[in-house]
Amino acid sequence: MGEGRIWRKVEKEIEKGEKQQRKEYRVGEKERSSWEGDKVATSQLLSPPLPSPPLLPQCCQPLQSPRGSPLRLLSTMTQAEIKLCSLLLQEHFGEIVEKIGVHLIRTGSQPLRVIAHDTGTSLDQVKKALCVLIQHNLVIYQVHKRGVVEYEAQCSRVLRMLRYPRYIYTAKTLYSDTGELIVEELLLNGKMAMSAVVKKVADRLTETMEDGKTMDYAEVSNTFVRLADTHFVQRCPLVPATENSDPGPPPPAPTLVINEKDMYLVPKLSLIGKGKRRRSSDEDATGEPKAKRPKHTTDNKEPIPDDGIYWQANLDRFHQHFRDQGIVSAVANRMDQVISKWVGQWLSGIFTYLQMWPLAYSQSQHSRVNSEFQFTFQTQTSSEIVRTMLRMSEITTSSSAPFTQPLSSNEIFRSLPVGYNISKQVLDQYLTLLADDPLEFVGKSGDSGGGMYVISILMGDLHKALGSLATATLESVVQERFGSRCARIFRLVLQKKHLEQKQVEDFAMIPAKEAKDMLYKMLSENFISLQEIPKTPDHAPSRTFYLYTVNILSAARMLLHRCYKSVANLIERRQFETKENKRLLEKSQRVEAIIASMQATGAEEAQLQEIEEMITAPERQQLETLKRNVNKLDACEIQVDETIFLLESYIESTMKRQ
Amino acid sequence: MAIHSRSPYYWPGELTNGELWEADLERQQLEEDQQISSWLRRVFRVGEGQQVFPIGCLNPQAASIMASRGGGRGRGRGQLTFSMEAVGIGKGDALPPPTLQPSPLFPPLEFRPVPLPSGEEGEYVLALKQELRGAMRQLPYFIRPAVPKRDVERYSDKYQMSGPIDNAIDWNPDWRRLPRELKIRVRKLQKERTTILLPKRPPKTTEDKEETIQKLETLEKKEEEVTSEEDEEKEEEEEKEEEEEEEYDEEEHEEETDYIMSYFDNGEDFGGDSDDNMDEAIY
Repeated sequence: MGEGRIWRKVEKEIEKGEKQQRKEYRVGEKERSSWEGDKVATSQLLSPPLPSPPLLPQCCQPLQSPRGSPLRLLSTMTQAEIKLCSLLLQEHFGEIVEKIGVHLIRTGSQPLRVIAHDTGTSLDQVKKALCVLIQHNLVIYQVHKRGVVEYEAQCSRVLRMLRYPRYIYTAKTLYSDTGELIVEELLLNGKMAMSAVVKKVADRLTETMEDGKTMDYAEVSNTFVRLADTHFVQRCPLVPATENSDPGPPPPAPTLVINEKDMYLVPKLSLIGKGKRRRSSDEDATGEPKAKRPKHTTDNKEPIPDDGIYWQANLDRFHQHFRDQGIVSAVANRMDQVISKWVGQWLSGIFTYLQMWPLAYSQSQHSRVNSEFQFTFQTQTSSEIVRTMLRMSEITTSSSAPFTQPLSSNEIFRSLPVGYNISKQVLDQYLTLLADDPLEFVGKSGDSGGGMYVISILMGDLHKALGSLATATLESVVQERFGSRCARIFRLVLQKKHLEQKQVEDFAMIPAKEAKDMLYKMLSENFISLQEIPKTPDHAPSRTFYLYTVNILSAARMLLHRCYKSVANLIERRQFETKENKRLLEKSQRVEAIIASMQATGAEEAQLQEIEEMITAPERQQLETLKRNVNKLDACEIQVDETIFLLESYIESTMKRQ
Repeated sequence: MAIHSRSPYYWPGELTNGELWEADLERQQLEEDQQISSWLRRVFRVGEGQQVFPIGCLNPQAASIMASRGGGRGRGRGQLTFSMEAVGIGKGDALPPPTLQPSPLFPPLEFRPVPLPSGEEGEYVLALKQELRGAMRQLPYFIRPAVPKRDVERYSDKYQMSGPIDNAIDWNPDWRRLPRELKIRVRKLQKERTTILLPKRPPKTTEDKEETIQKLETLEKKEEEVTSEEDEEKEEEEEKEEEEEEEYDEEEHEEETDYIMSYFDNGEDFGGDSDDNMDEAIY
């Protein structure tokens, strides 16, 4: 649409400008060559390119098309992704926001009035929805010429909403409850000022503590600072400070800028205070001098010290963490056959980084026994080594770099966690083992300093670590879907790259009929593809080789597409189940409310019993079934999201390489 | 060999033109073959306008059975454009039966799926997810569409919670960060709605708790109002705020009624209830 419109506009300009020569300009592909000669003339008629947009950080994701180009590149979102976005938006923000959001995702960048007109909603509703979407970083705006502000949706950011529980849980494992609540508040509110976050989190924590105890602001601030130092939260772009020398009217929308250096700078705030309980009549606990001060702080007339500085969760950093976790557990699965069953947590070590990992360590698949004070003998040595290497390089290497910084084995030896008493020689042996592994997570890049080792996050040519993870996912999907024999054939074709029909049967040692059947099943589902090698230049079919091959990238894309579809199906089914039993759910809620209120006013056991019996036994059973089903569907969503993350990371890293 | 419904070449039209199809393994290559671009055409030996489906066995003797349909290349017999052995279908092999309908909506699973992750972590994340869902519905960012006006104004409308009636939002964004055209009136904040004291993250299913919790809050508030009126000495913060804040229309109305909102059932669901327990007599 954009293209035709622009060309027609140019046509009008030309008619206006050049009245002497009336040429016939036709719009269309074939005629475009006629434009070649007139490039100079037309380029003058097209509007001059606008100045390049200010440098936006990764989180803001600049528009894909350069500003000056007349062709608008629509972000290519598949139907499955759009459907999933629509379900997520509807669940979290309601129908109005969903309508606007999906419209923006479908049609790209649009100004306010066009949105209102196209979706048929009133202007006020559209404004409300856009405010919400911008607040949550799902939509960005840009000022175009003539003061028109256009809004664009970030579809991939909408899909991240599926992953919020995982982010919050990660924060919990790394920074315990305080960190968890901080990240939760930031995710639920999009962006917040630090003081607001600290207050809210302190209040929430105070609620859960025992009576009489409160949470100090200082502790929450500390955790916040630590989160910022390790880049888990970052600053939002700021409104540029306008000097009064600006003569003209203020711009219709501010252009937000942020300096790379300032992104993690915590302002010097002295937040003193303690968390407040809601409904607490104990004024000593709140530590406020005035008892009559109104509780809600949003109407506070006092200026907030960090006005205008907003923080948001840095999702890329979380992704980096997940990726590291994936690699470490893959290495652990592969190399560390558990010999001894003694596992435990680390006591905090010398390095501040180590404070992050002790809790994270308990997540590894082998350590289910959680004992705070058990000092153990580690057997997961190689995964620990890889983890150390990743930890050492996490701040020095940016998240999208193909390789980590080379680390010498001496450095690694020094940085191993405290209490890990393996000798240098053993470490060297492990490193050699890791470097020689066909999976090639770790590569040797030199011999100085006792051997320099590098973890290749992305393959030199083929994205080894992420590629292996993606491949492993594909293999396991084939195995679970089609059976272990199919999986054998799949792994065979993966390994040998290209195989003929006959060769497949021979190598896999599977009878011809079955092999054929399995191959075609996988072919029809697009896990395997057919590659033609012509013998003659005329591509005669009878003289062409047809080879089976696995194209990992396209298979990964296909699987990712299926994952999006499955999550959409899961959400739909869950909503269907809930809707079916809506009446019953409402009834049970009402009963609970009645019971709660009666308990508050003090009621006898008999009365409570009577009210509980309002829900009959078969109804209870129905409720139980419903609960079980909904739990299962939710757990499935979480699981599929992990696969989505893996595949997306792999595809993204591949695209970056190209 | 079926064209799978998920392959990009799936054409949901007629799947068979009723012809018997056989493999002629020794066919002269005609020059038109070079113009065939799609490998699919070659595999399935499709003419320009035809969609053919193999039925039954490959039978080399059935060459004469093939009748030509208009639109073919003018050759009278069904012929293969390449050697079927290359893709592994030998002579006389039984092909799978043709598909005459789209694949079923819930195809039977051949293998049992792997169990979901359970354990502390899995359950915690699950509970977290459900709680987040509930929490987001309560936030002011959740915009409910306005309830459509019914034909007649009813008495119960006064006491029912409905969506955003006016064009205002409930939260206060930083207007400096947003384009000027988006500025809307911010509804004056009511007293901070307090929900029930949350114990540590009980797992909850997705529920539309808004109505019930609102009713419960009004119940609580009513109790507080009662106690504050009785005891003016008590300098409770809630009391102060009630006097200070701008009252909501609904609250005024609710104060006037004698009926507790949480008990109010407007009887719309009455008709559906009666089917459950037919044992008891209905009076």
